[in-house]
Amino acid sequence: MQNGESGVLNQFQRGDAAAFEVLFHQHQRAVYGWILRITRNPAAAEELTIETFWRIFSAYARFDAARGFEGWARRIATRAALDWLRARRTEGELSTEMLGEVAAPAEADPAVTAEIRRKTAMAFSRLPPKLRIAATLAVIEEQPQKDVAAALGVSVAAVKLRVFRALRLLRKDLERQGITP
Amino acid sequence: MNEDDLDRMKKLLQQALPPVKGDSEPRQDLWPAMLRRLNTRPAAQALTGRNWFDGALAFGLLGLAAFFPASIPVVLYYL
Repeated sequence: MQNGESGVLNQFQRGDAAAFEVLFHQHQRAVYGWILRITRNPAAAEELTIETFWRIFSAYARFDAARGFEGWARRIATRAALDWLRARRTEGELSTEMLGEVAAPAEADPAVTAEIRRKTAMAFSRLPPKLRIAATLAVIEEQPQKDVAAALGVSVAAVKLRVFRALRLLRKDLERQGITP
Repeated sequence: MNEDDLDRMKKLLQQALPPVKGDSEPRQDLWPAMLRRLNTRPAAQALTGRNWFDGALAFGLLGLAAFFPASIPVVLYYL
């Protein structure tokens, strides 16, 4: 099995289209799930999954089979999602798509009203995309920081710093609206 | 902002934006859409095509400059 997998990776590295198809079917779900965590938008996640695999296909010559496919694909997916967040940074678009997701969690704190949740989601959508993506993956999705760091192509310390800055900016934004977290 | 503040902010954020379900999958197989994308703009062809065009353009401009030196300021004006 291992030989089969590494065989596919080696074939892909040489630009084999059939190997690309095998990798697409093996990894499309994982790539989609990762992008969905970042965008919270199923339609965009599907589009970006295709964009990610397009970038993967275009960059086959730079692929290093020894380092594995998943991490490389995840890094490219994260970059595609980041580009998407940057392109859609207008508050109107973001608020509409994020508010659809602002349902009360199963174990909701009664002190946190729907209005506070809505304002928090809106404030979060106003954060710079680089900080937002780090906080989304590390805090909301609770992904291991080393995975987040690998996906963003930065160190674990840089992830911690981005999360800290994201939360500090979020807090300042909420305080300006009269909400003291 | 101290550790307690950080924890409070994390909890508030998790309340506002609950995590996406980890087992989510696309509504349909994306391979047909991928194939359409590949057929519309094959990666290798797109790259090769652009290199060929850039080379031809540069060659043409060099030829123009060599045979008609007076055209150099005109080309520079439009760059």
